Amino acid sequence: MGKRKTSEINSSSMADIAFLLLIFFLVTTSMSTSTGLARRLPPPLPPDVKAPDQDINKRNLFAVKVNSQNELLVQGELMNIKDLRKKAKEFIENTNNDPNMPVKSKVNIPLVGEVEITKDHVISLQNDVDTEYQAYISVQNELVAAYNELRNDFSRQRFGKIYDDLDEEHQKAVQAVYPQKISEAEPKNYGGVK
Amino acid sequence: MAKIRKDQERETPALSTSSLPDIIFMFLFFFMAVTTMKEITFKVRVSPPTATEVTKLENKSLTRYVYVGKPMEQYIKTMGSETRIQLGDAFADPAEIQQYIINERSAMNESDQSMLTVSIKADKNTKMGVVNDIKQSLRRANALKIVYSAAKKPEATEL
Repeated sequence: MGKRKTSEINSSSMADIAFLLLIFFLVTTSMSTSTGLARRLPPPLPPDVKAPDQDINKRNLFAVKVNSQNELLVQGELMNIKDLRKKAKEFIENTNNDPNMPVKSKVNIPLVGEVEITKDHVISLQNDVDTEYQAYISVQNELVAAYNELRNDFSRQRFGKIYDDLDEEHQKAVQAVYPQKISEAEPKNYGGVK
Repeated sequence: MAKIRKDQERETPALSTSSLPDIIFMFLFFFMAVTTMKEITFKVRVSPPTATEVTKLENKSLTRYVYVGKPMEQYIKTMGSETRIQLGDAFADPAEIQQYIINERSAMNESDQSMLTVSIKADKNTKMGVVNDIKQSLRRANALKIVYSAAKKPEATEL
């Protein structure tokens, strides 16, 4: 008699098994990648200490307030959110050394050399209890965008690339030129009662 | 001599399905690669705000989430329709956040504890009062690295 052949394993159910696995993964996973605006909160205060009045030179402070109607008050003026980015950029950059804009000081930064920057500027963001989250995020977004544009301009000028394409060391240098300083103060009641 | 047969019925051969498993496996691997495990089941409805300057969250295992929004329909009866906070799989009080973060942190590797990031996933219509309370609790819990979760929106910024 001839050799006995082992019959092939029937693989028609393989498709079903694969389908089951596929459906399992479709159900238990989610497509969404988390994105967001990263921030750093100020460290906590000891319970019995009041918030210290920070001694900030007035010209170094860029005050943005959002009221309960989601309106913006920037440096004491009512403003549309579309203009915020430009205004913030002007403030951070202070090209003409305006006495109402932040103090410029010469700093020596590795890889960049000596530059005049507004290293003490602070952008203060205050909001009302009734401010909508979307409005708050939009303001945050515009402020971050202002910094990103400044950094991109600077990197392109100095290194011929946009900020994201630089290596880590160069990114650090550009960060030192335009440090992100957005402070989030305690909420207050602006805009009165609703 | 070649015979030309005309009368016989021609049968279409059966479609071979032997490559079907391979195709499905390809799908499977694709989905395994591009998706992530669900963190939790949502009990609050969160439609995130949009922003243009968002960055990707780098390290998911070091991130804890705080969800803020209105409860889903099936929970309205028990929880009301006001904005609520969800921690992990359960509803929580704002006062519980601090303890939650501290617990989560102590469960982590010691070397990772300082890298803990808290992602605030809040609905876009949430009032800032709630978010402020959360921020204050996070400060007290010393979880200072936070992310405001937001969806990417193409350029053009309007409120």
